Amino acid sequence: MLAFIARRLVVSFFVLLAATFVMYLLVAFAGDPLEELYFDTSPNRDAKIEARTEALNLDTPVLLRYLGWLGGVSGCVIPGAECDWGLTATGQQVSTLIGGAIGQTLQLVIAATVIALVLGVMGGVVTALRQYSSLDYSATFAAFLFFSLPIFWVAVLLKQYVAIDFNNWLADPVVSTPVTIILGLISGGVWMMIIGGDRQRKQATFGIAAVASAAVVWVISATRWFEDPSLGPVLVALMAIGSALLMTALLAGFRYKRVMYATLATAGVGIVVNLFLDSIVSDPSWAIIALLLLITIVVSGGIGAAAGALLRRQAVTASIFTGVLTAGIIYVDRLLAAWAGYASSVGGRPIATFGARTPGFDGGYWQNTLDTATHLLLPTIAIALISFATYTRFTRASMLEVKSQDYVRTARAKGLSERVVNTRHAFRNALIPVTTLMAFDFGAVISGAVITENVFGWQGMGKMFIDRLFLPDPNPVMAFFVITGGAVVVFNMLADIAYAYLDPRIRL
Amino acid sequence: MTSQMQPTTAPATAPEVDEAAGITVEARTQGQMIRRRFIRHRAALAGLITLAFVIVLSISSIGIDPPLLPKIPGWWDKDFTAIGAVVDGGSPTLSVVPTFLGGEGVQLGEHPFGQDNIGRDYFALTMRGAQISLMIAFIVGIVATLAGTLIGALAGFFRGWAEAVLMRLTDVVIAIPLLAIAAVISRRAGEIGPPVMAVGLGLVIWTSLARLVRGEILAIREKEFVEAARAAGTRASRIIVRHILPNLIGVIIVSATLTIAVAILLETALSFLGIGVQAPDTSLGRLISEYQSAFTTRPWLFWWPGIFIITIALAVNFIGDGLRDAFDPRQQRVRE
Repeated sequence: MLAFIARRLVVSFFVLLAATFVMYLLVAFAGDPLEELYFDTSPNRDAKIEARTEALNLDTPVLLRYLGWLGGVSGCVIPGAECDWGLTATGQQVSTLIGGAIGQTLQLVIAATVIALVLGVMGGVVTALRQYSSLDYSATFAAFLFFSLPIFWVAVLLKQYVAIDFNNWLADPVVSTPVTIILGLISGGVWMMIIGGDRQRKQATFGIAAVASAAVVWVISATRWFEDPSLGPVLVALMAIGSALLMTALLAGFRYKRVMYATLATAGVGIVVNLFLDSIVSDPSWAIIALLLLITIVVSGGIGAAAGALLRRQAVTASIFTGVLTAGIIYVDRLLAAWAGYASSVGGRPIATFGARTPGFDGGYWQNTLDTATHLLLPTIAIALISFATYTRFTRASMLEVKSQDYVRTARAKGLSERVVNTRHAFRNALIPVTTLMAFDFGAVISGAVITENVFGWQGMGKMFIDRLFLPDPNPVMAFFVITGGAVVVFNMLADIAYAYLDPRIRL
Repeated sequence: MTSQMQPTTAPATAPEVDEAAGITVEARTQGQMIRRRFIRHRAALAGLITLAFVIVLSISSIGIDPPLLPKIPGWWDKDFTAIGAVVDGGSPTLSVVPTFLGGEGVQLGEHPFGQDNIGRDYFALTMRGAQISLMIAFIVGIVATLAGTLIGALAGFFRGWAEAVLMRLTDVVIAIPLLAIAAVISRRAGEIGPPVMAVGLGLVIWTSLARLVRGEILAIREKEFVEAARAAGTRASRIIVRHILPNLIGVIIVSATLTIAVAILLETALSFLGIGVQAPDTSLGRLISEYQSAFTTRPWLFWWPGIFIITIALAVNFIGDGLRDAFDPRQQRVRE
């Protein structure tokens, strides 16, 4: 294993080195940094040209310039040496330029990847379990549509319909009756396709889901919930219990009651603690939130271990998942409680279309988090659509492949329930190839970030890259390549190692 | 595409009648079977018809103006560069609601897709954009397929250091996000023109095909029929041409199709960012980029090119899916 990792590291290093060389030449040939100065009419034009030539070493041949640049950048990986990304065309340090940009791009990339991964894997598993159903065909069509959507076009549409129109609607958050009915029917149709079954069961599902959804929409509209959205302790409690039952159903089943007791106890602790949290989380820091999450995991694991008896392993896992889910629900509830205050302080237009945060805004932890979230929403959706389609298709194919394996048939033959076969035998093995996809998808997400940052005016790496490429200004462009290329190479390497670790058939 | 498969199998014979069962068994060549499977894939067939329609529409309407050759005029009388008076705020005159349903009747009108703010006919502009985008996509597809097949095949056939070098080269290109490397290449698109830019783009997106072809060749060369041919003393060149290439064609064609879909989106994205096709010429991405700020006042300027991009990309993706099913029935998505 260690030899494999070492070999992989060396190869990756040389691949990245060669990539920087190729890119340096390409960027050098892409344009002349002095271009704009040739048209300069100011009296000190010659001095400007000289200064820029000096800053970018333009009078040295490109190969020597590359070596000089490489020497500076290699300082960033060699401990003790000085890290030098070079100067921009205007003589600034590139490192100050990328310092702020990396944070914004990272936010965008992580949010998009997490959303696409979670939803995509769920979608893939559901469509694989309902192969050849109308849900499967609709999902396939949707995936093809998402593959064919230009991100920039979606981004402009999102700006108009999700941001501007939604913000307008928030001024008077009432859903009209026809819209309520249509939403109910759509929801009924989707649930009918997901749950499946024979005709009678489908009709029942459709009816119940349609009426329930329409009722929820009606209540939201009638109580003007969107003016001051929050879940409240009762809804939080119900959702916590729901997630306890869901986790039990997915991970252990209801045949032995111990696991259910464990998850319900976890949810109960969460509900009770929620009532006494006010003083701690009125304006917490991220450290406190992380600490609370850690405590949640430890406590729910403890409850699972104590109550699990013979099924201790399942009970611990299910309890931890329940605990984290409950904590998540409580977190969302607190976040929503800050919504009204946040909305009024940004002039009643909470969904943002520009930048990564409201300039100069500071309303405490919850409102600041909301501020980040509302700014992240649109670009994340735009990027995540394609990745979501990729994950769905890939997980579906992988799941179908695993489901036709002999060991799945064996699991069925020895009388395991369909739930156990699907979750423990099929799903876990189907996830292994998804690790490689994550590495591959990272490049696509970065490309998506380049586009969305430009549409939504984020001052991230992608915007910096395009802006500087226009000038052209080689050193910031190269910094973008080194960082994203390095990330891609590292992710690929991690994926290979994870794959080898997860799949014992791969020998190192 | 299917005719290439024919030499590998026996020609079709007349239908044989199985007397005992009373059914007619028709012998089909590989090519016929593939064609049948493709035509049965309804989405793919619809995609093929749609794509053909878009290509014919964009070429026949405003004609083509190839370099070095005389301009061939189309049936549409307006030029995409001509500036005119803005009629009725430039809104589209296309109407598809018949008069008996209370509409204005099915007609194109003076400016079916409307006009932009300086009175250029938007139908002509969109058609020109579609032409350029399609041309770039096809050039990218062809170049990428040739490069990818060549590199993958060389790596697969020769193994050893050739494979090591070529596959590391592939790794190098993969290490850089596609859009970024494409942006650097098309930075000078205004000077070099769209076709050269397309060749440049094709030379960076061959990587997945190269890996695919190499993997496929490594698998095929271990197959029994290759071993049998080798045992019979067949020359290496003949093994490659007769036994390995025909089995690769499916993978190559499918991948070429999907590359075209990627290329359409890549080109439009670059043009949108202002790095691709430059004025006075236009492409679908450039049109959206130019008029995105007019979305509230002249929404049609935003919708038409977008719809064309999605239509083309969706059609090509479905064709690719149909071809995959046709060439490799094991991966079938549609139930027989």
